[in-house]
Amino acid sequence: MENIINIFVKSIFLENMVFAYFLGMCSYLAVSKSVKTATGLGLAVIFVLGITVPVNYLLENHVLKEGALVWLGPKFENVDLSFLSFIMFIAVIASMVQLVEMVVEKFAPALYSSLGIFLPLIAVNCAILGGALFMQQKEFLNVGEATTYGIGSGIGWFLAIIGIAAIREKTQYSNIPPPLRGLGMAFIITGLMGMAFMGFSGIKL
Amino acid sequence: MSEKEALFSKKNLQLLTDPLSSQNPITVQVLGICSALAVTVQMKPAIVMAISVTVVTAFSNLIISLIRNTIPNRIRIIVQLVIVAALVIVVDQVLKAFVYDVSKQLSVFVGLIITNCIIMGRLEAFALGNKPWPSFLDGIGNGAGYGVILIVVSFLRELLGSGSVLGFSVIPEGFYNFGYANNGLMVLSPMALITVGIIIWLHRTRKRDLIENK
Repeated sequence: MENIINIFVKSIFLENMVFAYFLGMCSYLAVSKSVKTATGLGLAVIFVLGITVPVNYLLENHVLKEGALVWLGPKFENVDLSFLSFIMFIAVIASMVQLVEMVVEKFAPALYSSLGIFLPLIAVNCAILGGALFMQQKEFLNVGEATTYGIGSGIGWFLAIIGIAAIREKTQYSNIPPPLRGLGMAFIITGLMGMAFMGFSGIKL
Repeated sequence: MSEKEALFSKKNLQLLTDPLSSQNPITVQVLGICSALAVTVQMKPAIVMAISVTVVTAFSNLIISLIRNTIPNRIRIIVQLVIVAALVIVVDQVLKAFVYDVSKQLSVFVGLIITNCIIMGRLEAFALGNKPWPSFLDGIGNGAGYGVILIVVSFLRELLGSGSVLGFSVIPEGFYNFGYANNGLMVLSPMALITVGIIIWLHRTRKRDLIENK
């Protein structure tokens, strides 16, 4: 249990997707002009990360790793398919996103119309593939930990995009030098927010 | 490609040079920032990353452009992802074979080339509607535009952060004796963002037509 809380807090604050690894920056910069749309995209990211990370975890540990195919029979003991992991992960992500989109459309039309265009876009969000690749590196012990990591990093991304969207809404009223307006300022604000988040480093649970 | 058009006609050359400045993928089109910042602590991984991205962009543009008329529109994203992922696996294996330590440093960011928005962006915006040769040039141009920013940012960060260029120390010993210290902040992630922010600022000060209206 302690371990799970540790992973959760770490993935939100210490190893924040945006501030520590710059993942998902493209949509982070493009969709952070208003808090409302940012909330929609953030929720969709939490949702998809929470599903794809455990699915990819199972795939990695039962199909791709060296010796993972042992359940098919002893002669598969030495099969190592890990070079296929990129293509498998991205295929899982793209199809999960499609599936999630269809399920949400059928059973929760209200949520679907609020997430709308963001769901398909998420398939190419680096944060999702990044989550899967970091999961591969960290070698979690069980699915529970992997799920916690997925949801935690989703929440970290969500906090980051809400924060910058709120700040960008305010900066519309400030007097910024023209060449710095828009993109330049967004970068510098993100940098400053990243420094603030570095204050969390060193926390041990 | 039509036979009348020269291999490097003016139009084709423009495809190569535009992305270097006025259509730069990072500072103007806002594509591919995800991986751009994380690999710029030192110059060597940044250069390797720039070359890898250029290769993947150029060849995925070429392949998609060759088969653009046979891809059904509805599943094009999946087709693109599969082609890009296959190319990235090749690049990853090559890096692991020839520059293993750099490949370790880049860690997950080689895999993240798949979802690098430059590649998807150029495939959608250019390769789906153009002939193979211009698409190939467009890929090289955009990869190079990305590389230029990467190299500038990593040069500044390595010089100010660890006092070296490409791993060789360039700040003379005497400076340290007089109390000069490397700026440890430059090595940390937030300064990458601020450096890019400042580059965008300078770029737009020189090219006024790029300034965004509020």
